Amino acid sequence: MTAQNFTQNSSSALAPGFDTPVVDSQSCFRAIMNAMARPGQTQRFTRAPLDVPAPLTPLAAAIALTLFDYDTPIWLDPDLMESSDALGYLRFHTGAPVTSDAAKATFALLTSPRHLPDLSTFAQGSAEYPDTSTTLILAGQNFSAGPSVSLTGPGIRSAQGFRTDPVSGGFWQQMQFNNTSFPCGVDVVFASDDEIAALPRSTKITIAES
Amino acid sequence: MTSSVRTVEAAPDQSTESQYNFAYLDEQTKRMIRRAILKGIAIPGYQVPFASREMPMPYGWGTGGVQVTAAILGQEDTLKVIDQGSDDTTNAVSIRSFFEKTAGVKTTTATADASIIQTRHRIPEASLREDQIIVFQVPIPEPLRFLEPRETETRTMHALKEYGLMHVKLYEDIARNGRIATTYAYPVEVNDRYVMDPSPTPKFDNPKIDEMAALQLYGAGREKRIYAIPPFTKVKSLDFDDHPFEVQKFERPCGLCGAANVYLDEVILDDKGGRMFVCSDTDYCEERREAGHLGDMAADPAAVSLTTSTAGQDAS
Amino acid sequence: MYVAVKGGEKAIRNAHKLLAKRRRGDTDVPALGIDQIAEQLSISVARVMAEGSLYDESLAALAIKQARGDLIEAAFLIRAYRTTLPRFGYSLPLDTAKMLIERRISATYKDLPGGQLLGPTFDYTHRLLDFKLAADGEVDLEEVSMSEPETGPVPRVTELLGDEGLMDADVLPEDDAVVGDLTREPLGFPADRDLRLQNLARGDEGFLLALGYSSQRGYGRNHPFTGEIRFGAVEVEFFAEELGFAVTLGTIKLTECQMVNQFAGSAKSSPKFTRGYGLVFGQSERKAMAMSLVDRALRWEEFGEECTAPVQDTEFVLSHSDNIQATGFVEHLKLPHYVDFQAELELIRTLREEWFNAHAGEEEIQEAAQ
Repeated sequence: MTAQNFTQNSSSALAPGFDTPVVDSQSCFRAIMNAMARPGQTQRFTRAPLDVPAPLTPLAAAIALTLFDYDTPIWLDPDLMESSDALGYLRFHTGAPVTSDAAKATFALLTSPRHLPDLSTFAQGSAEYPDTSTTLILAGQNFSAGPSVSLTGPGIRSAQGFRTDPVSGGFWQQMQFNNTSFPCGVDVVFASDDEIAALPRSTKITIAES
Repeated sequence: MTSSVRTVEAAPDQSTESQYNFAYLDEQTKRMIRRAILKGIAIPGYQVPFASREMPMPYGWGTGGVQVTAAILGQEDTLKVIDQGSDDTTNAVSIRSFFEKTAGVKTTTATADASIIQTRHRIPEASLREDQIIVFQVPIPEPLRFLEPRETETRTMHALKEYGLMHVKLYEDIARNGRIATTYAYPVEVNDRYVMDPSPTPKFDNPKIDEMAALQLYGAGREKRIYAIPPFTKVKSLDFDDHPFEVQKFERPCGLCGAANVYLDEVILDDKGGRMFVCSDTDYCEERREAGHLGDMAADPAAVSLTTSTAGQDAS
Repeated sequence: MYVAVKGGEKAIRNAHKLLAKRRRGDTDVPALGIDQIAEQLSISVARVMAEGSLYDESLAALAIKQARGDLIEAAFLIRAYRTTLPRFGYSLPLDTAKMLIERRISATYKDLPGGQLLGPTFDYTHRLLDFKLAADGEVDLEEVSMSEPETGPVPRVTELLGDEGLMDADVLPEDDAVVGDLTREPLGFPADRDLRLQNLARGDEGFLLALGYSSQRGYGRNHPFTGEIRFGAVEVEFFAEELGFAVTLGTIKLTECQMVNQFAGSAKSSPKFTRGYGLVFGQSERKAMAMSLVDRALRWEEFGEECTAPVQDTEFVLSHSDNIQATGFVEHLKLPHYVDFQAELELIRTLREEWFNAHAGEEEIQEAAQ
């Protein structure tokens, strides 16, 4: 058994958070911000990867540590809810309250995005306060798989190609609908091993003919 | 009665700033601001409420911009701070030195070298790039505020995209003055949805924020609002078909560097009507002079005193 | 020449050196000690703690010294310091019935359980300058005969009225209700009473005083009687999760004012007395009383009253009560605005030119007609 295995398997030893929290979270935030400002363009996260309990992934955990705290109710997908290590890790390092009501979540974190619930089940924001919506974070993404879509809108000069996998079956149709509810709607952050991409509600999505 | 007054520790040798976190703000506050910034980017032109903190500088003096800059700033960044287009105005100096002390980041006066530019009232003349971020200090973020003072009312107007009041105001201007009499903080419509206050920049700068390559972040500390315009976003200055939007035109070029089509400051030279017009963007003007461009008053004694006093601007 | 702001770095450094010199004043005069300020200017200290929103007498005294006695500037220093402090949680609600009372008066009853206690007050002093205080050295302090301090809880007047069913009962929030905190969430409208009271407690004494006064003069009149004012020390308790019980953190001095307001009833509510509430750090009666007048005025909607006066306008009152915000924005007009002014200059020149052209034309036409 390697030392790394040992820490991952031991429920008593909590895996550590950021090495240098101030620098690491700033760096992670800039990657998320640049991704949100340039929909569909991937941004590399260059800091040392976190050592986290499955099914959390290092980059999804970094995003969680960067954005979550006791002011942000979070919704976790069933896979995460079943892992007491992952739950304990998020609780300890972020202090964020876990909610089972997706419509009350500031963030939703999903490590099995193939089973992503319909986007309309998450908080959409109101006409007066469209910012009170859920931001989804999909872990374990591969930006060179999945169907190609074409993106236009704020943050995009002319058109931006984008693909990612895995996502749920009706995901792209739901994202198209999400855009029609602007300024309400959810924003989605995608995390691969070391890259972040995002699709804010303002992005218009064209699904390529298959 | 016993005194409950305890002794305050005297700390004569300790630098005050070194006791604070990187870029002054605590991490929880940065997270809260960062979340607001992401929402602002996702909903271009919409004013996101945020729990603005008390800063060690007065409300109205750039606390919103300072909080936004502090939340995004990293060790790799190079920061430029301008006020009225100039790096050397007192409040720009004060904010720049705040970040030098609390974050230890590199600072610059050269627009091209900056990764983050915090500004009050101007946008640099040189085009900004995709890898740059411009942070605006905003006093009153609500473009409808002077037409309707109540937040409860203006929030509903934004929700319903009901901007008739603004058009009526602009139209009344035309009826009374033959033109739209708004010269700065000229309202814009972002991405065909939200009417937004571009902060009190002169309307001369409005065309720059349309399809700008750099990310624009706006921070209003006292009013507790953050908003944003992502790169390459359509931003339209409000106007009418028969009274299209137009920017200020200056009759002459900069007296120092000869630049035309730039925003100029009017400098009064004496009490007999003597005046000269010089670039408001001091970095732009210096670069042009270094490249050998000379304005028609460059040799004037007044011009010499203007340019030499900017020389010793190394920040220490 | 205004462009002299160029070279600002050096100018700022020099200005701050000058400020330090002026703050110290004549060096032949002994420097003020923090303890002197805390002990002898305690009303100023109370105001800075209240508006600075942080209970610490020595820090408030330091701030007053640093601010050269400018109390709003001092409150600003305290606010900027407060915002950097770690937050461990919220105290349990204070129980002012258990206050160790130094002063307690009621204007509604001649006598009442717990008694009237005049305590340290300017009331009934003749406002004649006391030139003995101008002399150096100690002033003779006469022995004060003190009545036995009240032991045990002193009931609040509003509770006595409440027992008779005459006082509108304050609605107690649910046990798990979250009390609003405008230092953590931006204030939105409409604002509930918890947020309104927090805003007023931090608000500018002068602003509240003027608003309260306006209500007495008929702009939103609400028929107030001073049910009671009490000043004294109250324990602050904190429930420690890890211990499972509450611990006392210390005591703070507070002024509490309960205004009893006549209310003839409306379609929405039966005739009864209603309440305006004020609670302020330190001995701060003027502020506590003004706060309770404004609190009652802002409750117009609860009682089905009409909103006709500035003091009743929640958004107006709460948006302008904070003197740190107000002073910042008023004083920011000192900052250079010459870019915007240039834009206005150009506009006014153009408008004037057009106006004179138009009017010159009119005169010519008039002359031609004559």
